Amino acid sequence: MTTWLARKRESGFLLAVPTIAWLLILFVLPLVIVLIVSFMSRGRGGVAIMPFTIEHYQRTLGIFSIILWRSIGLAALTTLVCLVIGYPLAFFISTRRNRLFQQVTLFLVILPFWTNFLIRTYAWRILLGDEGTINGFLLSLGLIDDPLPMLNTQFAVLVGLVYGFLPFMVLPIYASVERFNFRYVDAAYDLGANDLRAFLRVVLPLTLPGVLAGCALVFIPSVGAFVTPDLLGGAKGLMIGNLINNQFGGSGNMPLGSALSIVMMAVVMLSLLVYLLANRRDRGA
Amino acid sequence: MLTADQQLINEDAMSRNRMVRRLGVIGLWLNPVFSYFFLWAPILVLVLFSFNQSRSVASFTGFTLRWYGNILNNVMGAESAFSTELMLNAFRNSLFVGTVATAISTVLGTMIALSMARGKYKGKRLLDALLFFPVVIPEITQAISLAIFFKVVFDWLALISGERIFPGFHTIIAAHVTFNISFVAIVVRARLADMNPQLEEAANDLGANPWQTFWLVTFPLILPGVISGALLAFTLSLDDFVITFFTSGVGTTTLPVFVYGLLKLTVTPEVNAISTIMMVLSTFFIGISLTIQGRAVARA
Repeated sequence: MTTWLARKRESGFLLAVPTIAWLLILFVLPLVIVLIVSFMSRGRGGVAIMPFTIEHYQRTLGIFSIILWRSIGLAALTTLVCLVIGYPLAFFISTRRNRLFQQVTLFLVILPFWTNFLIRTYAWRILLGDEGTINGFLLSLGLIDDPLPMLNTQFAVLVGLVYGFLPFMVLPIYASVERFNFRYVDAAYDLGANDLRAFLRVVLPLTLPGVLAGCALVFIPSVGAFVTPDLLGGAKGLMIGNLINNQFGGSGNMPLGSALSIVMMAVVMLSLLVYLLANRRDRGA
Repeated sequence: MLTADQQLINEDAMSRNRMVRRLGVIGLWLNPVFSYFFLWAPILVLVLFSFNQSRSVASFTGFTLRWYGNILNNVMGAESAFSTELMLNAFRNSLFVGTVATAISTVLGTMIALSMARGKYKGKRLLDALLFFPVVIPEITQAISLAIFFKVVFDWLALISGERIFPGFHTIIAAHVTFNISFVAIVVRARLADMNPQLEEAANDLGANPWQTFWLVTFPLILPGVISGALLAFTLSLDDFVITFFTSGVGTTTLPVFVYGLLKLTVTPEVNAISTIMMVLSTFFIGISLTIQGRAVARA
């Protein structure tokens, strides 16, 4: 094939060189530097100095492991809650017969997310605060005597994360269910399956790619969340993202921040690997 | 004929199935009611309390436009560092950064997409990985890696040239281009995959040189993809907080970084009013850009 690009063998590659160079310098190289810095000592003002040490990894996996596990736990819980809310919602949307109604219900999921993430998170401060809307409502009804402490807790972070990432769960599942052929369900009924069996053995396995994609898309940004715990979590809801951020302030520790980032990235890569393997097995089956 | 026992078992199973079905139907209707409430309540509450007469967000006491007036007239609580001028300046900064970063990343992203779709060379899986990782890496990791990188480079430059460079628009734009390239490349590649390569061969057979083939055949056909990619890049750039927060310098605050400074403080009706304005504006902008995108795709 002699098209405009493939005429000369190397010309096709040359076109990619500027972009490759950009990404090598501004994406790969900075990560390599972070890796190196994570093994260096902390100097005056939090900067990295020689000699090399593994001290920061010991601290990350030692005293900071509580926060690491909290981040992983909160991200896993966020994924689970998003799945429990998102699957039936996606199922509801994609099984609407009326095309217009279907588009409206889908649009109503997407529209709130055209607003900046910061503002959507801030809105929960209004709702969850001690003098916030939910407490105000419950107090006025006389259901409680003192405000429920909701803001600056892990609960607030969970709510904020679910709110922030729910569409990432709904949209891939919606796409899966949309493609699902409901004649398979009829076939399952004909072969004697009841509703539960038809769902568990036919619908769920065939929409699993959407579920897996949704879980990966929710879990990954949740582990590294910084804005949500920062605005809603306070000291009790601190996540690893905040801990990393704190290492880059006035009395910070750049090498420690780098080590925390590397460990967090390892968690993300591991979960991505699990996703890719699960997806491959699912396709193979 | 079924025996009495079998009949009993069947009836039992059927009633159980009826129960499952009833629960399923109830769940399938209750879930959307709850979900849409969950998705919309925070936004509606935010908008509602930007019009509330009292400063409290515990109950709605009456309608007022006072807080919007306060923003326009620069009157806010003593504790806040707000000024209308600063906010407009941050907005201008955002538009500037977004425009430049979009232009660069659209060119770079389109180039690599074209190269990978039409070029004949080995190692494309490696390029796939190079484009894939910036999308999945946690934002905060990318943010601190760029912050450390710029610090190391500027320290080094100061050492050899004696002149110190400070972070500013150049660092923010470089960072935004880096996270935008992959998104542009993904969108343009999807478009190229749909395109019939025989059209290029036909142009070639009809005597067009490679340059003419590209501008007269390939480019018009992938243009909707390029526009979609550029609009996506612009939206991501305008919306970004974490990476900008770590790469911006003094005087180059973008709108999200500015807004973050306000939101970190306490809940005030003025902040609710600013949030409402931003919400309306961003919804309007994204609506417009998606409409343009839809038209561009429909025309092609």
